[in-house]
Amino acid sequence: MIGVSKIKQYSNVLDKPLSKGKQEVSLSAFAFLFSELVQYNQTQVDNIAELERSRLEDAGYAVGARCLELLCHREKGNRRETRLLGILSFVHSTVWKVLFGKVADSLEKGTEHEDEYMISEKELLVNRFISIPKDMGTFNCGAFVAGIVRGVLDNAGFPAVVTAHFVPMEGQQRPRTTILIKFAEEVLRREARVG
Amino acid sequence: MAPAGPRSGDAIFASVERVNAELFTLTYGAIVRQLLTDLEEVDEVNKQLDQMGYNIGIRLVDEFLAKSNVSRCVDFKETAEVSAKVGFKMFLGVGASVTNWDAEGTCCSIVLEDNPLVDFVELPDTCQGLYYCNVLSGVIRGALEMVSMKTEVTWLRDVLRGDDVFELQVKLIKQVPEEYPYKDDE
Repeated sequence: MIGVSKIKQYSNVLDKPLSKGKQEVSLSAFAFLFSELVQYNQTQVDNIAELERSRLEDAGYAVGARCLELLCHREKGNRRETRLLGILSFVHSTVWKVLFGKVADSLEKGTEHEDEYMISEKELLVNRFISIPKDMGTFNCGAFVAGIVRGVLDNAGFPAVVTAHFVPMEGQQRPRTTILIKFAEEVLRREARVG
Repeated sequence: MAPAGPRSGDAIFASVERVNAELFTLTYGAIVRQLLTDLEEVDEVNKQLDQMGYNIGIRLVDEFLAKSNVSRCVDFKETAEVSAKVGFKMFLGVGASVTNWDAEGTCCSIVLEDNPLVDFVELPDTCQGLYYCNVLSGVIRGALEMVSMKTEVTWLRDVLRGDDVFELQVKLIKQVPEEYPYKDDE
């Protein structure tokens, strides 16, 4: 039988050539999948904090860890970031560009605390088709994205606590989303030492 | 104004908003991993993935009908062709073909050329019974049920289990006529 099979058999998945990263799926396919993720996790937990933190963020953490490996290899030629600003701009530009198709809207340093940085986005891709009912309060599905950022930072050697918050903006119906990154003590000490 | 004819899968895919397939792949991987941790039994995970796919399918078919402008399909053969050529293309960006029709025209195979769900994936020995892409079978089942066709969808060939392509068998069980939820004279 003459047939062309596009998928070549490899004995080991690590032998498969790495794709260029240009393949796309429709936004609605991703939105449906993400909504199923959130719905499934809602049935597994009892309260919102747990839903956000342990389930969505952990799911995002796994994505972030793999993203870091993939992008370091593909985009940066296996060079490792050692400086704080370097890894932050990697997240803000490269990671965002690959995952969401554009660089993040802004990257700011927190004014009140030395160890806080914020990445803001007018409308997070994952939140686009999601509306939060009133009784869920401050729940933000951006916790998934916060998890991705935490996964990237943690595995790059910059442990941090990352959370997602809604920031209401004047003149806009939908609030802006801010990913707040609070680095661990050791990161700042190391950064000060390196100079 | 004459109604627009059905659009090809490529045209629709080019016109919808798209995201990077890797985000999609990694998110799906996170879902499967969560299910495996929670449910532990591979059969339970398969069932849950199918259920998730079903939930997606019942909503996905609305978008499919809205965007693709296909007219009513005359028979199951046309249904299968349209879902393979247009449906898979417009959501996953991959082509699929329909083969292996049986004599009555109620059972066919859909062969996927490529599958963005399984990039970077390898099944460990402990999960050999897992149908990793079972969400797809749920999606097809859900979508077809919303257009009055009860089907049974099973995996014939799965690349993660050592075959060379992904092949789904779609079997039409029965056509359920549409029922109006209210009586005319009330």
